[in-house]
Amino acid sequence: MSDKDLSLYWKKNLQYLFILLSVWFAVSYGCGILFAEALNSIKLGGFPLGFWFAQQGAIYTFVILIFVYVRLMNNLDKEFDVDEK
Amino acid sequence: MGVQTWTFIIVGLTFLLYIGVAIWARAGSTKEFYVAGGGVSPLANGMATAADWMSAASYLSMAGLISFMGYSGSQYLMGWTGGYVLLALLLAPYLRKFGKFTVPDFIGERYYSKQARMVALICAIFVSFTYVVGQMKGVGVAFARFLEVPFTTGILIGIGIVFFYAVLGGMKGITYTQVAQYCVLIFAFTVPAVFISLQMVGNPIPQLGFGGTMSDGTYLLDKLNMLSTDLGFAEYTSAGMNDRINVFFITASLMLGTAGLPHVIVRFFTVPRVRDARISAGYALFFIAILYTTAPAIASFARVNLIETVSNKSYESMPEWFTKWEQAELITFTDKNSDGIIQYVANKDKNELIIDRDIMVLANPEIANLPAWVIALVVSGGLAAALSTAAGLLLVIATSISHDLLKKSIMPHISEKGELLAARIAIAVAVVGAGLAGMNPPGFVAQVVALAFGLAASSFFPAIILGIFDKRMNKEGAITGMIVGILFTTIYIWYFKPQLGGPGTPDGYWFGIKPEGIGTLGMLVNLAISLVVSRMTAPPPQYVQDMVEDIRIPRGAGAAVEH
Repeated sequence: MSDKDLSLYWKKNLQYLFILLSVWFAVSYGCGILFAEALNSIKLGGFPLGFWFAQQGAIYTFVILIFVYVRLMNNLDKEFDVDEK
Repeated sequence: MGVQTWTFIIVGLTFLLYIGVAIWARAGSTKEFYVAGGGVSPLANGMATAADWMSAASYLSMAGLISFMGYSGSQYLMGWTGGYVLLALLLAPYLRKFGKFTVPDFIGERYYSKQARMVALICAIFVSFTYVVGQMKGVGVAFARFLEVPFTTGILIGIGIVFFYAVLGGMKGITYTQVAQYCVLIFAFTVPAVFISLQMVGNPIPQLGFGGTMSDGTYLLDKLNMLSTDLGFAEYTSAGMNDRINVFFITASLMLGTAGLPHVIVRFFTVPRVRDARISAGYALFFIAILYTTAPAIASFARVNLIETVSNKSYESMPEWFTKWEQAELITFTDKNSDGIIQYVANKDKNELIIDRDIMVLANPEIANLPAWVIALVVSGGLAAALSTAAGLLLVIATSISHDLLKKSIMPHISEKGELLAARIAIAVAVVGAGLAGMNPPGFVAQVVALAFGLAASSFFPAIILGIFDKRMNKEGAITGMIVGILFTTIYIWYFKPQLGGPGTPDGYWFGIKPEGIGTLGMLVNLAISLVVSRMTAPPPQYVQDMVEDIRIPRGAGAAVEH
């Protein structure tokens, strides 16, 4: 693989990381902590929303984020032909 | 049959299971001993990682803590799960591609220096030993309470069991035992939660149940807020400003610590390929999330149940479990106004009831009147959680000594047989040492564990991240960063922890940050110092820069190799 391809592959990887970690930060530190009190005025069934994010929503999102990452990276590996045979 | 008989039966059966698995999966080579031969399937690795990860603190203490803390308890929930996102995205695939045995291995090779390896080695032993002491204490408490043996005997039994399968099986034995332990602990944790959820809100899924309505038509959480404010406590679900600063820092410290703990990182060396490392982090978090989303539900149910059972009720009418925990001195009642009624309120002068938070998970099934076998099941789950974590940590200590210290530093020509023997001796010494320390623990379990996270966050996390993402990072930067980071964090924790003998008071906290959250700041200090120092010194040699290029692409990852 050429150096140019490698740096493009790495750039794409960093892009994915940036997007996924932004979501990671937004659900936990954003919805679950910084804006928790404001979101608490909205109700999700019996849950105040900020509280729900802190004790349930953030954790579900974490699991989904990892599986999305795995999918994205496995496809990227194939695209750049660096996957494991 | 009584609780004790059931406990003997269920705990005995699970122990037989663990020992059976350990014999079946015993290790024959150093590779099997260190990384289970590198051939563990991602699903099994996910389960083992989950069991390794979820300690006595997660299983026994966490729901109780949340139950008393309400919203602020979220720091444990998010902190101990969110770190896996960092692990999966920033560490696991690259460390797997790197393909060595231990974290000091990575640090030593990436920073082309024996000093770096030694610093990492000392940090790894320090972090793991701090953590394992807490686990041994948890084992002792569980045995002491439910087998009604003295505390020290409880710890000795624990030492014996861990000794047997960790020394025999190494990573291979531990991995497959942990799979069994995960199944036991998750079953034991969720069964009572499902029962209680059905009882209180008529919903079999606890995660939904605690947002449901009770038989009187009110939402459970609304009711809980009302009960709490009536007694003068803060609203259960409200997120106050002061809370949020510390929740922020503690959450971050726990997340960064998770991603820096050597016993978790080493799990990603045990799978065959880079893509397996990625997906097994996903499986691990999925298995962990089952417990971590159930725990807050248990916390809310237990809180409502507790308040309704004890508040403004006569002392005479208290059920059997109340008296039993009183005898264990984990519940104390002082009738201050001598009316024979329990006043459980926030006001310290009027409050008559003190409850140890750690008992909530064990007491919960009794409070909810569940059958004796459920209680025994919960005990065996707690033991599974403590033992699995202790074994994983002890292995890190043993490999650090036999592999990083002996093989890589002092006796490079040691034979594989000799190294394996050294690893077994090291693990035996570590088990006994941890057991002895667990009898006289330095402070409370949760505090000791929090210390371990802060230390891991402030030492390893930046060194590993920069090793992968910053090609220019050199040994001078990484070593200075690790030393300053871990020293800063240790001193701050010691200074502001009266239990450790420090003179500081909460008024002196920097930016109001509690010692539990200081690892976050320690990590930032480490990061800043590493970057500054590395830019002022020579870049790393070309072969190291090529190595960094190489670990960034998955192709070519063989199994973990010696060299």
